Amino acid sequence: MLGPARYWREVPQRYRYEAAKCAKCGKVFFPPRLVCNKCHSKEFTQTTLAQTGSIETFTVIRVAPTGFGDEAPYAVGIIKLDDGVRITAQITDCELDKLDIGQKVRLEFRRLGKEGESGILRYGYKFVPVA
Amino acid sequence: MRDVAVIGVGMNHWGELWEKSLRNLWTEAALEAVEHAGVDRVDAMTVGCMSSGLFVGQEHLGAMLADQLGMGPIPGTRVESACASGGLAFRQAYLAVASGVSDIVLATGVEKMTDVDGGAATYALSAAADQEYEGYHGITFPGLYAMMARAHMKAFGTTRRQLACVAAKNHDNGLLNPLAQYQMKVTPEGVMASVPVADPLGVLDCSPITDGAAAVVLVPVELAKKMGRPYIRVAASAQTTDTLALHDREELHSLAGTAKAAAMAYKEAGIGPKDLSFAEVHDCFTIAEIMVTEGLGLFEKGKGGPAAEAGVTALGGKIPINTSGGLKSKGHPVGATGIAQVREVFLQLTGQADKRQVKNPRWGLTQNMGGTGASTLIHIFERA
Amino acid sequence: MDVGIVGWGAYVPRHRIKVEEIAKVWGSDAEAYKKGLMLREKSVPTPDQDTITISVEAARNALRRAKIDPQKIGALYIGSESHPYAVKPSGTVVAEAIGAFPSIHVADFEFACKAGSEGMFVALSLVKAGQVEYAMGIGADTSQGAPGDALEFSAAAGGAAFLFGGKPEEIAAVCEHTYSFTTDTPDFWRREYQFYPRHAGRFTGEPAYFKHVLSCAKRTMEIANLTPKDFQWAVFHQPNGKFPARAATELGFQKSQWEQGWLAPTLGNTYSGASPMGLSAILDVAKPGDRILMVSYGSGAGSDGFVWRVTDQVTKLQPLARHTRAQLEDRPIYLDYGTYAKFRGKIHKVTE
Repeated sequence: MLGPARYWREVPQRYRYEAAKCAKCGKVFFPPRLVCNKCHSKEFTQTTLAQTGSIETFTVIRVAPTGFGDEAPYAVGIIKLDDGVRITAQITDCELDKLDIGQKVRLEFRRLGKEGESGILRYGYKFVPVA
Repeated sequence: MRDVAVIGVGMNHWGELWEKSLRNLWTEAALEAVEHAGVDRVDAMTVGCMSSGLFVGQEHLGAMLADQLGMGPIPGTRVESACASGGLAFRQAYLAVASGVSDIVLATGVEKMTDVDGGAATYALSAAADQEYEGYHGITFPGLYAMMARAHMKAFGTTRRQLACVAAKNHDNGLLNPLAQYQMKVTPEGVMASVPVADPLGVLDCSPITDGAAAVVLVPVELAKKMGRPYIRVAASAQTTDTLALHDREELHSLAGTAKAAAMAYKEAGIGPKDLSFAEVHDCFTIAEIMVTEGLGLFEKGKGGPAAEAGVTALGGKIPINTSGGLKSKGHPVGATGIAQVREVFLQLTGQADKRQVKNPRWGLTQNMGGTGASTLIHIFERA
Repeated sequence: MDVGIVGWGAYVPRHRIKVEEIAKVWGSDAEAYKKGLMLREKSVPTPDQDTITISVEAARNALRRAKIDPQKIGALYIGSESHPYAVKPSGTVVAEAIGAFPSIHVADFEFACKAGSEGMFVALSLVKAGQVEYAMGIGADTSQGAPGDALEFSAAAGGAAFLFGGKPEEIAAVCEHTYSFTTDTPDFWRREYQFYPRHAGRFTGEPAYFKHVLSCAKRTMEIANLTPKDFQWAVFHQPNGKFPARAATELGFQKSQWEQGWLAPTLGNTYSGASPMGLSAILDVAKPGDRILMVSYGSGAGSDGFVWRVTDQVTKLQPLARHTRAQLEDRPIYLDYGTYAKFRGKIHKVTE
């Protein structure tokens, strides 16, 4: 169980894809960090992730962890966004046997799960094939 | 720093041990190692355990297990680095002896995994990934390694069959290890046809859910010599970290943490990959063994798959990998795995590996990793 | 001061189920639904889609057209009968997701299928009153039909969002007139803690849908001093294909006027999203100077009427986001009844 505070803390990333760009070397961190692991600068500017990208690798989860059983089988991929940042997310609204590396995808706002029958609902991003 | 030796080992017959609790499992292996070493005391104990809290609801293992050991109020330290917890427990014990702080140290690992159902076990293991940015999205460990497998296949043309050959080979080795969880022959065809878990990996590409413990005793080499017992020398100990999240890595199809730790360890031991007689590596999934053998410099990047298929890594091959059966066949009680690897090296280098004995080995290596390679522990051992 | 729509956008889920697939399971006559109610298939939300996610995507489409700073949105209302939480607003998620917070008034509306147009009505009125610079009204639903009930053939998912403003150069459709017609008529309801709504069978027709929609439409046109001939387009609440077609015909509208917004035959009934999505589909293709009549209907019961006059601005905004009908026709994924039942939470995996 995630609990409301842990969920809420990541809202800027999960709803609005807010990232931090190193003011010195330009590396983008998602989620934001306190220090750049490339140039050690502690100064960042706020930026927003690109919302389209392509599949760099992916899998289809058939044995799911607790909380995702109702959704299996589902696809998860590492997506290289058009700004170069890589993120992990589910790929939805797709034919599982037609997914491929390099396929173009875009972000959509989706519900990622719920905390049992009475807990909070978890929202965030998933990817959908562009064409 | 003093030279350090391993003088005793212990391990249960791993598997689904319904009748054994975490404390009983651990104590069996610990007492066996102490007896095997021929010591009447230990100065300190380390235990590697990934997630007793999620698996059995018990934390505070340092105190609980030192209490069970019955050797007085010795320092008992639990360490955690996911599936590399055992390797880390060994390193901490090694550092304690090498530094002169302690003389006789018991390094152990344990995981009791079968008290929860499959979904809860999958969840507990997934906690080794980035919970907010990987786990939140429903990724599992088979899923993360499956994504690495697909990237490796794309980059190098690694085939499904090459992955399957790793499992078949490790099951062949496991048949020769009486303590392995699976005493079962598996063919590459059988692996390829096994129930899909996370495409392209099937259930026979994955290490199992296992209850088990392992323990080894470390002492200064000087003391080992004085005791006149068989021992092996710890020639190198290296530990590295990499990004927690797989998506933050430069490459998805290689293990930078393993490559870095290997370079450090070879330098410390004064040898290179060609000098190794055999290695015990972290084959949590078939693709992992291929990527690890490449990271260790045994094969060039992309050549690990063809090597596995050609039998280069089989018992009797040029460089036998996972003679114990590996995580795949021996089982993978996560915290215990890194210690059991050391046990196998001890048996091999002291000529006690019975039917799976490598011929006249001198150098053995263990590679144990946590998560998708975010933690790596490499140790090199030399025959006494 | 003229106020009107400065941005609009819809969201249609890609999954569908055909009437035949549902009829097969319950031994119903598919042809009766296809001919009698003019329903061929309906949209189905995946387990990861709900009123909130649909609202966010529709709102983002509206903002792609409006291109204003979301910080200037002073009010946001979502009308739905399927708010994911019984207590906790849907609108707060949407406001944060589109970056329109914290200086914003947010509320969730409920009035059966009229909740969406209600939200639009209030948002529009706040702009007109000068209370806020911009306001957003959204109608969205992932409505449930009980297994085997007639509603199961129509209850669908989708939504549309409208951003209202008062700067003449930004307005794509001026709101010329509004009128609301409301009575207490219990034709459809869902009690607290009940999963599926219930309805009053044929009572939902004449005394409910038709009385309210026809009365509201007539009075709206009367106030505006307009007749059906003055409109290029009309859209009515569409619980199925038949009701709006009959209402439109009775009022004297030609099929060419109502066909563009008539989405129900392949979309189903998106409840609070139904007439707003129809309006969105019309705005996607309307020409400057066109007039649109919109009449919603919500059980319980009431209708909101709007007269929209399309401006030159519309052609600039039309290409900036995916069209409603383009989404409706985009690679539909057809489901069997079992998967549909799983998606809609009618069945669960035993361990979950």
